[in-house]
Amino acid sequence: MSIDELKKLCTQVRRDIVRMVHAVNSGHPGGSLGCTEFFVALYFEKLRINSAKWNMDGAGEDLFFLSNGHISPVWYSVLSRKGYFAVDELKTFRKLDSRLQGHPTTHEGLPGIRVASGSLGQGLSVALGAAQAKKLNKDNMLVYTLHGDGEMNEGQVWEAAMYAAHHKVDNIISTIDVNGQQIDGPTEKIMSLGSLRAKWEAFGWQVLEMNGNVMEDVLATLDKAKTETGKGKPVMILMTTVMGKGVDFMEGTHKWHGVAPNDSELEKALGQLEETMKDY
Amino acid sequence: MLNFEITKSNDTRSGFGEGLLELGRKNPKVVGLCADLTGSLKMDAFQKEFPDRFFQVGIAEANMMGVAAGLTIGGFIPFTGTFANFSTGRVYDQIRQSIAYSGKNVKICASHAGVTLGEDGATHQILEDIGMMCMLPHMTVINPCDFNQTKAATLAIADLVGPVYLRFGRPKVPVFTSPDQKFEIGKAWHIHEGRDVTIIATGHLVWKAIEAARALEADGISVDLINLHTIKPMDVEAVVKSAKKTGAVVTAEEHQINGGMGSLVAQAISKHHPTPMEFVGVNDSFGESGTPEQLMKKYGLEAVNIVNAVKSVLSKKVMA
Repeated sequence: MSIDELKKLCTQVRRDIVRMVHAVNSGHPGGSLGCTEFFVALYFEKLRINSAKWNMDGAGEDLFFLSNGHISPVWYSVLSRKGYFAVDELKTFRKLDSRLQGHPTTHEGLPGIRVASGSLGQGLSVALGAAQAKKLNKDNMLVYTLHGDGEMNEGQVWEAAMYAAHHKVDNIISTIDVNGQQIDGPTEKIMSLGSLRAKWEAFGWQVLEMNGNVMEDVLATLDKAKTETGKGKPVMILMTTVMGKGVDFMEGTHKWHGVAPNDSELEKALGQLEETMKDY
Repeated sequence: MLNFEITKSNDTRSGFGEGLLELGRKNPKVVGLCADLTGSLKMDAFQKEFPDRFFQVGIAEANMMGVAAGLTIGGFIPFTGTFANFSTGRVYDQIRQSIAYSGKNVKICASHAGVTLGEDGATHQILEDIGMMCMLPHMTVINPCDFNQTKAATLAIADLVGPVYLRFGRPKVPVFTSPDQKFEIGKAWHIHEGRDVTIIATGHLVWKAIEAARALEADGISVDLINLHTIKPMDVEAVVKSAKKTGAVVTAEEHQINGGMGSLVAQAISKHHPTPMEFVGVNDSFGESGTPEQLMKKYGLEAVNIVNAVKSVLSKKVMA
């Protein structure tokens, strides 16, 4: 797809996100909006996948794991727009008997999801196991992950970081959404992260940085990351984003981490986001 | 039927180690993970023969559970190994979200369960693990009783698709089950037919229950003895059938009474055939340092405790 088409897809995904959380008056719009370019770039340009023939093992395909599962709205929107399931199913988000649980699960058999996430800090470990399974199976495809910066508070992340370098898991490209916000406030106020670059480099990872809200940068950095795989080191991208990106009154604040817009706020948000594909 | 020939003593963890090695040779999809306790878990033979299928994770059990879950994506059957305490309580949420809720085919293999861990003391002697693992939806929970049964169970769980908690222990204990037994998950082993009282035992307490049954039979009390090696899914039919026959039930386990195997048996019996019961186990207490023998005695996990529980339950049966 052209850059212009990808950007247009982003505004539609953002419409999906705010409409989904508004419909059930719950869910996490802030991080979802901030990571929209990343998801669109990954699923529509970079992942070597076949959405029509999804299966759990994903042999011969790239795999993606979302560790900060609360940003499920952006993932659900992109999965459906990519054809993993009907776009119409977005209507069921967070409702009884839905496959689109508040946090992503495998339990209801939603295509595209390989492990439950939501309780933070667990996704990197699972992705590393899947990456090692690919090596054992002589499968040359890659494993991608996404994590929140607040999630870096969890100790298990650092257990996994150490493990990945020790075992030379060099077929993984991880990304941290560095939006500087967590539920109780700015990350630097709640639990200082210090230099994430220095930390991950000290743990033996190859570290790249990108602006997660500039499509061109996301595409180029994901390409660069791919060239860094297979060199004996796991790869980490520190992705700066603006939480709530695309809806002016939601941008740059933790206040929209897990709060849905009301009717008038929805109207205002949708006024800023062009309907480029059909709304669900 | 209670005249078992004791050919040797051996530890149940060695039964696991032998079983894992055999699985490694039979099934190329079986992989092992260990959190810096390879020797204690008897996983070293597997590690030596299959270095590419063995993952040392260091002292990082949470990560181990996640990596194991990930290895199933791609078709592997991971066997994780560490002490029972670090296999459950320390990583409950990792097991809950990444393994059980996600339906991953991980075999959580846990040694040094209960007070027979011995001198290391209560920090390492978990007595709550059966309860925690049984509460998790779709988790299979198995606590074999000797070397041979542990080996057979290790082989059997590789063929079951779904998460399993396999619990075994540290000390050498009598080996009395058949070396070529077929282990049927979820099917209780009816060790001895009797009519006066039912004893249901699991793990290390099975041998103690056999000793107790011998003493009781010598006193003219006929014992129906059941080895409930699979605690979940429980063989409810065998348990209830025996309760109906004898009208009195004693359970015995190296675990807290609260939330343990006995609690789950009581749940089944009270639903299907309310029957007087007594419970042999640790009574709302942590363990402590000591030899396994001293601790089994102090915490009331000996044959004599089972005999006393039988006498107590028989008095309730008369009252009923």
